[in-house]
Amino acid sequence: MNNENRIVITGIGLTAPNGNNLREFRENLIEGKSGITLEEIRYMGKHPTGMCSFDEFKYQKKKTRRRGTRAGSVAIYCANEAIVDSGINFDSVDKSMVGVYLGITEHGNVETEEEIFQLHQNNLDTTLWSHHHNPRTVANSPAGEVNLNLGITGPHYTIGSACAGGNMGLIQGVQQLTLGEVDLAIVGGVSESAQTFGIFAAFNAQGALASHEDPIKASRPLDVDRNGIVISEGGCIYTLERLSSALERGAKIYGEIIGYAVNTDATDFVLPNTERQMQCMHKALDRSNLKVTDIDIVNMHATGTKAGDINEVAAVREVFGSSKSTSVNFSKGHIGHCMGAAGALELAGNLPSFEDNIVHPGINIDNLDPECKLDNLVMNEAKKVEEVNYILNNSFGMLGINSSVIIKNYNK
Amino acid sequence: MTNEEVKNIVVDIIVDVAPDEDVTGISADGNLRDQLDLDSMDFLDIVMELRKRHKIEVPSEDYPRLATLNSCVEYLAPKFS
Repeated sequence: MNNENRIVITGIGLTAPNGNNLREFRENLIEGKSGITLEEIRYMGKHPTGMCSFDEFKYQKKKTRRRGTRAGSVAIYCANEAIVDSGINFDSVDKSMVGVYLGITEHGNVETEEEIFQLHQNNLDTTLWSHHHNPRTVANSPAGEVNLNLGITGPHYTIGSACAGGNMGLIQGVQQLTLGEVDLAIVGGVSESAQTFGIFAAFNAQGALASHEDPIKASRPLDVDRNGIVISEGGCIYTLERLSSALERGAKIYGEIIGYAVNTDATDFVLPNTERQMQCMHKALDRSNLKVTDIDIVNMHATGTKAGDINEVAAVREVFGSSKSTSVNFSKGHIGHCMGAAGALELAGNLPSFEDNIVHPGINIDNLDPECKLDNLVMNEAKKVEEVNYILNNSFGMLGINSSVIIKNYNK
Repeated sequence: MTNEEVKNIVVDIIVDVAPDEDVTGISADGNLRDQLDLDSMDFLDIVMELRKRHKIEVPSEDYPRLATLNSCVEYLAPKFS
């Protein structure tokens, strides 16, 4: 493959409940530090939640923050951080050839709930409904806010793909660069879901909302006593370029996206499907011309629901069970479920392994569910390995969407 | 309500609608849009806040009456009485 068709990651900007840049995030993943706190959720009391503490006004004016959305604010922070990290001289970039593609689980619930709350405070007077409601709730909003902020005149849109969103942003960026639609892709995923009571209430009704007296123990995928999902906000945005342009400007290269796959269960609205997840991982491996033994780290989606964990572990065991050199980890024990940002964030948390050869652990497993046994599961303590050359990142979502992305250590 | 009180109400709303702007020292006779970074959406917000906080209606044909702080006071003061 020539360098025009090879797509590499050259910048990372992120905010997670336990870190506002890659260094902080990585350190806390390795050290097992959770970012989950007890937060007051409208109408529902206090629940374990993952909130981010980035400076909203580092790159955004107060007025545009007031007009826009939390997801947009997360996206603006992450996009700017990614561009700074990439070392790109953004002033000299042709803005019409920059594309912004962000995965989202949902968008508009926070804004709609707030308007309806205000409506009830004002005797159902719809004349007080904000004229900002429409631009805030259109589905392209978080991506469009990035273009407004950075003066980007190329395409922008979001990819609605439930909790596979973060991976889907990356995949969309690869595709658009390969097609020649853009020269720089600003991609990833964002979520503001932690500020909508409706998602908490729905998971609660489904019996899938995590609870624990100690919030940092609430999110515990694969533990036999897990009791559901901790809802978090977050964002992770990458700059993607063709290898040719990255080499031309001497960019730091975090990794090369060499393969991916997306498929659909077509079996249930919410319940996962082991066979389809296996097919998705196999397809990504085949497209990357890799054997299962080539993969050094598999990052599981692992949300902390019984059905989700058991089905995914079965799929990972079936695909990678024969590979002694493949470590398996997950990130939601530290940060909860960052929804649309999850896939992109969790990949970022593993990318430094290419340099330090450390596999961060999945935390909060006090008693591993017997149905979730995996030979090379990295539990509670980080593991040093000989080398990391390939990472497979899983992200799955409701309506049965599955995605797997494979990243290669460019420098090896 | 005194004219000064009406003026303060308008300034308070502007501060909320345009939080990046420094409203100290703005001329009461000068056009607000010449002195502050306000656009048509901000004026819609100002009208909305007058309706929400003070139950005052400003029909669209009267928006030009909100051009300066003094014209705001002249137009709004009778509505507060």
